[in-house]
Amino acid sequence: MARHQVRLSGAEGAPAIVFAHGFGCDQNVWRLITPAFEPDFRVVTFDYVGAGGSDVSAYDAARYSTLDGYAADVIELVEELDLGPVTFVGHSVSSMIGALAVAQRPELFERLVLVGPSARYIDDGDYVGGFSAADIDGLLESMESNYLGWSHAMAPVIMANEEQPELSDELEQNFCRTDPQIALQFAEVTFRGDNRVDLAQVKVPTLVLQCRRDAIAPVSAGEYVRDHIPDATFVLLDATGHCPHLSAPVPTSDAIGAFVRA
Amino acid sequence: MMSRKRTSEQLVDLPCGYVEVGSDDVIVMANPEFLKLAGRTAEDVVGVMTLPELLPVGDRMFYETHYRPTIEMHGEIREIAFEIVQPDGERVPVLINASRVPDSDGKHIVRTVVFEARGRRKYEKELLRARRGAEDAESRARGLAQTLQQSFVPPLPPEVPGLDIAGAYRPAGDGSEVGGDFYDVFQVNTGEWIIAVGDVCGKGVEAAVLTSFVRHTLRALAVERDDPSEILRALNTALLAHGSDRFCTVVVLRLLRDGDDWLVKISSGGHPLPLLVDADGGIAEVGAAGSLVGVLAHPQLDDERRIVGVGDRLVIYTDGVTEARGTTGLFGLDGVVDLLGHAGTSAAAVTDALLEGVLDFQDGQARDDIAIVTVMVTGDLDEPQPEPEPGSRRAIEDKERALRAIPGLEATPD
Repeated sequence: MARHQVRLSGAEGAPAIVFAHGFGCDQNVWRLITPAFEPDFRVVTFDYVGAGGSDVSAYDAARYSTLDGYAADVIELVEELDLGPVTFVGHSVSSMIGALAVAQRPELFERLVLVGPSARYIDDGDYVGGFSAADIDGLLESMESNYLGWSHAMAPVIMANEEQPELSDELEQNFCRTDPQIALQFAEVTFRGDNRVDLAQVKVPTLVLQCRRDAIAPVSAGEYVRDHIPDATFVLLDATGHCPHLSAPVPTSDAIGAFVRA
Repeated sequence: MMSRKRTSEQLVDLPCGYVEVGSDDVIVMANPEFLKLAGRTAEDVVGVMTLPELLPVGDRMFYETHYRPTIEMHGEIREIAFEIVQPDGERVPVLINASRVPDSDGKHIVRTVVFEARGRRKYEKELLRARRGAEDAESRARGLAQTLQQSFVPPLPPEVPGLDIAGAYRPAGDGSEVGGDFYDVFQVNTGEWIIAVGDVCGKGVEAAVLTSFVRHTLRALAVERDDPSEILRALNTALLAHGSDRFCTVVVLRLLRDGDDWLVKISSGGHPLPLLVDADGGIAEVGAAGSLVGVLAHPQLDDERRIVGVGDRLVIYTDGVTEARGTTGLFGLDGVVDLLGHAGTSAAAVTDALLEGVLDFQDGQARDDIAIVTVMVTGDLDEPQPEPEPGSRRAIEDKERALRAIPGLEATPD
């Protein structure tokens, strides 16, 4: 629990929702969404190892060389929470991490919400993931350019913002803090992965939330996930970008709310 | 407060690119410097293109997964390295600062400053290349050090009928540098074995070369000499002739099987004396202390003879154990004795307990190399022994007679 800096809020004893952040950020990305669920849900957020306030020393390059290591962490976390079957909301790569966890331990999960999912980012024959292998190299290069000044020991210091005092507490200052080496491996694992065959094993009701214009997970990728998970509902949000929970929080929490309260 | 118009006029002449980006990523305003960087006209860009559309795919992915969420969460971002792709495919490296401000219609715009950074980015790429090169070189050096280091100890724990032997070796620090500790266990005759543990002064390649020299010289010398002190004396001569100004400490034990017992001769050349933990738990230093090896032309080197029986343990180690420094001072001989008092009984258990104890004492970070060899007499001779040649059998019997002729050794230990 400490390893993932787990935070609990909302109604004690109520059904639990676990929000899992995607590649490039940490649990703070959910801060515009969680308030809508706190009155009638137990709300859980956490950081994957290597992100945010997690215990970076727990990072094991071999364990996290595939998404299975992350899925095992999710299973351990849900077991340890002991809150009954949970709804798992996964953004971006967390969609597939959630799908793998559900496939292995369906009894731990009530529902699954996938925000901007993609089962494979690299095009493959008729399958359109939106990227080529060379594009992923480009991302790694871009990340390396931007991590140039970082050392292993030094996390980037993000300045407090006077105009947004709600962001100025210590946790918020750590926003999107990621160890560069870990982030690079996470990018490799995320964007070179292929989880298409795992979708059929997702045997719980699933909501696919797709943005109309998402440069990371195109509509075709979301539709593929919908078509290959047995019990999937598809909602297309009129939002731009890969993070509707930030750019369109109200429609996003409305869509998740309608699904989990049905 | 300046008027909006005045501000816009000033932005036109800024010596850097400037764009305003709407919440749908579309560029709603761009100054001439930015258009020059993008290689496009205002008509092509403003109200038409999004900022990520001007970036290569890799940067676009970083934009989506990190840049945009950071601005949405935190309101600003600093020093982001992107490339702007011109219509002919040429890429212009830039550095970007951006902050989000409320727009007149209740939404937000992101004010974005774009600096051309061709020279700086080229320099950064060189730095990155150099860092990768350094990392590769470091990993090669580490691999080399490990390979060398592995040659300082036997590849497998030796199987000696009647003895249970375990060794441990831990180089100092992170293992990137070769140390000078070594140990060896080898047979010189039927039922006759040599154990050597040593420490060549210094670290690095030069020390490693000498460590190899010492270990192999010992093997050659041990075949022709009976007494450990004679082996060390010959090693001393060889080291002086070698021309290196380095010296070493070595302890040599010659073990000769005598039924379930073993006759042991021990000579130390400046090395910590081995400890004998007898079957009843008594602990004492054993062996004759002598001069450092490779310093004096006429070193003082002697042998001490012992008989060890079933259940007795000999613990041989380097000064990385006794001179380990922790918050409470030195580990010392007392630390070793305390630990051996309640260590397990097998050779491996004793060795592991000592290594673990010394590492814990230093918070897991060994400041000097550590080598440990534990020998326990099991008396377990179930395995069939090859029948020795008549000549060597005679030789063994002669040696046994000679050892037993030494005063004080006739009585079997109780």
